[in-house]
Amino acid sequence: MGELPVIRIRELVFRWPGATAACLDIPAFEAPRGEHLFLYGPSGSGKSTLLGLLGGVLLPEHGALALLGTELSGLAAPARDRFRADHVGYIFQQFNLIPYLGVVDNVLLAVRFSSRRRERVMARGATPFDEACRLLDRLGMTGDLLHREAVRLSVGQQQRVAAARALIGGPEIIIADEPTSAMDAGLQSVFVDLLLTEAAAAGATVIFVSHDHRLAAGFPRQLALADINRAIAVGEAA
Amino acid sequence: MSYALTLAARSAWNRRLTLGMTLIAFVLSVALLVGIERVRTDARDTFSRSVSGTDLVVGARASAVQLMLYAVFRIGDATNNMRWDSFRMLENHPQVAWAVPLSLGDSHRGFPVLGTNAGYFEHFRYGESRALVLAAGRRNKALFEAVIGAEVAERLGYGEGARIVLNHGAGEVSLAAHDDKPFAVVGILERTGTPVDRTVHVSLEAIEAIHLDWQGGARIPGFSIPAEFVSKFNLAPKQVTAALVGLKNRSAVFAVQRQVNGYPDEPLLAALPGVALDDLWQIVGVAEKTLLAISAMVVAVGLTGLVAVILAGLGERRRELAILRAVGARPRDIFALLTLEGLFVTVLGAVLGLLMLAVATVALGPLVELRYGVAIQPRVVSLEELQWLGMVVGVGLAASLVPGYRAYRLSLADGLMPRT
Ligand SMILES: Nc1ncnc2c1ncn2[C@@H]1O[C@H](COP(=O)(O)OP(=O)(O)OP(=O)(O)O)[C@@H](O)[C@H]1O
Ligand SMILES: [Mg+2]
Repeated sequence: MGELPVIRIRELVFRWPGATAACLDIPAFEAPRGEHLFLYGPSGSGKSTLLGLLGGVLLPEHGALALLGTELSGLAAPARDRFRADHVGYIFQQFNLIPYLGVVDNVLLAVRFSSRRRERVMARGATPFDEACRLLDRLGMTGDLLHREAVRLSVGQQQRVAAARALIGGPEIIIADEPTSAMDAGLQSVFVDLLLTEAAAAGATVIFVSHDHRLAAGFPRQLALADINRAIAVGEAA
Repeated sequence: MSYALTLAARSAWNRRLTLGMTLIAFVLSVALLVGIERVRTDARDTFSRSVSGTDLVVGARASAVQLMLYAVFRIGDATNNMRWDSFRMLENHPQVAWAVPLSLGDSHRGFPVLGTNAGYFEHFRYGESRALVLAAGRRNKALFEAVIGAEVAERLGYGEGARIVLNHGAGEVSLAAHDDKPFAVVGILERTGTPVDRTVHVSLEAIEAIHLDWQGGARIPGFSIPAEFVSKFNLAPKQVTAALVGLKNRSAVFAVQRQVNGYPDEPLLAALPGVALDDLWQIVGVAEKTLLAISAMVVAVGLTGLVAVILAGLGERRRELAILRAVGARPRDIFALLTLEGLFVTVLGAVLGLLMLAVATVALGPLVELRYGVAIQPRVVSLEELQWLGMVVGVGLAASLVPGYRAYRLSLADGLMPRT
């Protein structure tokens, strides 16, 4: 093995404040570098909660959660925010864009909050602006679309901008929380293909959450949250 | 972080319509506050530089403040005049170095007319003991000649040789005109920044002459004395409104004041200009403080509206805050973003308020000077005004901490998943 896993979880327990039962209880989970993981599970089973833990926005009650060998609960809150900015790119279900920023500025947001990601762009000999345009271009966002207000884009276009933002500056981990659920089926697979191609080019580990199994095909590893989570979900579809 | 400033500015611009409305309210409140402060200081300046080197102002018995207001500042009317022999008594008093008679009551297109004698140009001082200087022409010699202040000349466009008609009474529009006896402008005074600038100066005899065929504020019906015959009448003044008095020795001022106040032939009042001004500030001070308090409250109302608008917008911005958190913004960046937005609007409001005031000063200043004799100095901002603005921005910052703190709490609770 030798190489450190990008994500490593041991005996992790998480409970929402005020909840009696734990939401997550994961004895062990690992994701190696460059892996594309499809994570599924019913609504309310705790998928988004796990992603919040991975970003260091939530902290486990017990157990270990290390990203790239760094134990997140060992960092102070500002350092966790910084760590997230430097190493994790997020794509949400919808409304990913800041309405008052343009398309390119929305992508550049990621390098504005992370000097490490900006330096990685520069190290490739590109300005952040050029790199943002290159990524947008790769994701099929070209021409006057770049100068459009973020709120004037279709949902599919918005998600591509969000993907470009998650990818810029080469973060090691890309977390996508049902990024295609607002798209029609044809667009969904195009988007997943584009995202995975670019993530592979950057060598990023992808955690892709969805409850739509038709999308799982493109992923080498598919995982039901229930398979790693011992906590009994109290959600609607449990 | 510096990007929070850019974000705050762009976010504010994005919501420019709602913020703009509260900004207008805030700009008006700032202009009001600074405007009141400006009028206040300029009024004090104008008043305190209006008279200098005069030891006593004497008139018929009234309040000292009232006497100062009409005799020196040409505001309001004298209720009573003093008799000419009372003035002669003053003039001949052993302690008195000089006495200048003042006869008021007529006007020219809203500007007060002052009947006086040559002593006025000799002895009157303003500011730091400055004497009146003619900018053009000469002093009045003949009966129907007038010397006008700089403001009168500028506003009405008068030069030497202009012919003017005096009106009875002080109103700007007066039906009763002394139109049968026009005056020629023979001299124009240099600007002083005092009520002198607004004054038309004529001789005491001229005042008598234009009132020969008048009685009780109206022309005697069917009776008119043409201008060329008035010199045949006795034009010696019978009464004056007030007198400015200079003493040989200033230490005698209280003794002379007592003597004048106790003059047996006529109830007179002698006022010390400095003391009367202090009295005036005492009276005006209450009104000033009240006005300032009200305008401070108006500013508070403006700021409250601003905070309310930012807070109300927060609900629909939770998604935006979550995105910022996801790309690595710390809760304190979120705090800064919202606080800066409020501060941004506050600073903009203060600057625009000043700008608005500058425009208003240029536009309305001449009117205020004409009506109230207060010369509003056009200026960008004074040190005192900056202090007021500093306070406004300080309070604005404090108020902006409210939405900042609320957003901070929200983003901590929401994390990456806002519940809306
Ligand atoms: N901020 C919160 N405070 C308290 N409980 C929460 C909070 N967020 C989620 N939960 C609870 O945690 C459980 C898991 O929620 P989570 O959003 O992680 O589910 P999910 O698998 O992402 O569902 P979905 O597929 O609908 O997005 C649910 O029971 C939910 O009610
Ligand atoms: Mg979810």
